[in-house]
Amino acid sequence: MVQKVHSDADAALAGLLFDGMTVMAGGFGLCGIPENLIAAMRLAGVRDLTVVSNNCGIDGFGLGILLESGQIKKMISSYVGENKLFEKLYLSGELELEFNPQGTLAERIRAGGAGIPAFFTKTGVGTLVSEGKEIRNFDGDDYVMERGLVADLSIIKAWKGDTEGNLVYRKTARNFNPMMATAGKACVVEVEHLVEPGQLDPDNIHTPGIYVDRIIAGARFEKRIERVTTRPRDTTSGKDAV
Amino acid sequence: MAWTREDMAARAALELQDGFYVNLGIGIPTLVANYIPDGMSVTLQSENGMLGMGPFPFEGEADADLINAGKQTITELAQSSYFSSSDSFAMIRGGHINLSILGGMQVAENGDLANWMVPGKMVKGMGGAMDLVAGVRRVVVVMDHCEKTGAPKVLKRCNLPLTGAGVVDLLITDLGVFEIDRKAGGMRLTALATDVSLEEITAKTEAEFVVAL
Repeated sequence: MVQKVHSDADAALAGLLFDGMTVMAGGFGLCGIPENLIAAMRLAGVRDLTVVSNNCGIDGFGLGILLESGQIKKMISSYVGENKLFEKLYLSGELELEFNPQGTLAERIRAGGAGIPAFFTKTGVGTLVSEGKEIRNFDGDDYVMERGLVADLSIIKAWKGDTEGNLVYRKTARNFNPMMATAGKACVVEVEHLVEPGQLDPDNIHTPGIYVDRIIAGARFEKRIERVTTRPRDTTSGKDAV
Repeated sequence: MAWTREDMAARAALELQDGFYVNLGIGIPTLVANYIPDGMSVTLQSENGMLGMGPFPFEGEADADLINAGKQTITELAQSSYFSSSDSFAMIRGGHINLSILGGMQVAENGDLANWMVPGKMVKGMGGAMDLVAGVRRVVVVMDHCEKTGAPKVLKRCNLPLTGAGVVDLLITDLGVFEIDRKAGGMRLTALATDVSLEEITAKTEAEFVVAL
């Protein structure tokens, strides 16, 4: 009987890693990143990675630790603003970077996982993003063709998961995780709470277990916050800041 | 005495309408939330996967799983909903968001916007900006009128890589307000900031514009 549950991050990645591979990593900033699996990839030492992720962590945490160790050859991202090392490595030519508009990146991954090799979008028409790509006019507007995206491995963070791989995400930690879970040839998930089948409401599963190959209960979740922003307790209207 | 950041945010808030779904960018656009008129229902979308953004949390109540697109901690409201990034951009690209208010580095008289990189110097990425300007029904840019060096940012043509071509409907700067006809091209100056003269704004603007005060 297939056993999706593994003991820890190292065991869950065993046999799936190879130099030069493409890896999708869920998360937006540091929110919803598979921090245990990223740490295990660092220890495994796999190199020349192409990493698909909206951001690249920050200096010293998240995917930032794979940049520091020189394991990443190329990033496919939409925003690198919070990571100084990322910007430095890119501007000095040590790191390849393919910028995708955030929505195009999300849709490329969704399409890849859904067996759709390409699609047309208005996003990026007339900008650097559309250079060298097919442009087609539909109903009077120009659209650029973007390709679906798949990876050798996707590493995913969910809040809860059952032993069959059914997943539930929490709040904005969902972000890129559901699409990436569908677009990896192998999909490895870390969850905060690993539960038995029947403990999740089937009507409220965000990612059905068919997409998940291996799952672990993460050993440790630091869940760092990039910008803790608060308001004083005497604020009553709730409109003072968003 | 030009407009302050707060003044610009207050002016941008005049673009809000009851029932609007709105995406606010990082910086001055975020401040617009403070100027939503009482009694007006405006739902804020955060492109990382949330509708119905609430205010910042009280001290000690920040939740690592609940952030806005600027990576700041926020809270949820009774009517909030969460969704994936692909659902989020389906809303944006599909024209379901009424208004996008975002920052800019350069705006041109044809409605072109540049706000994501300076080649060789600064590269942050476009994030969701290209999708927002391509898909949202009305696009408002809020930015300083000139560089810190005094160089103009309201141009005949942008010289930085574009975020979108012919996408800006309204430009609010610290010196005034311009309407842009993004189909036909062409800017109309519709308001001057406090104590700003037509001579001053003309001298600091490279773009051609019609005065419609």
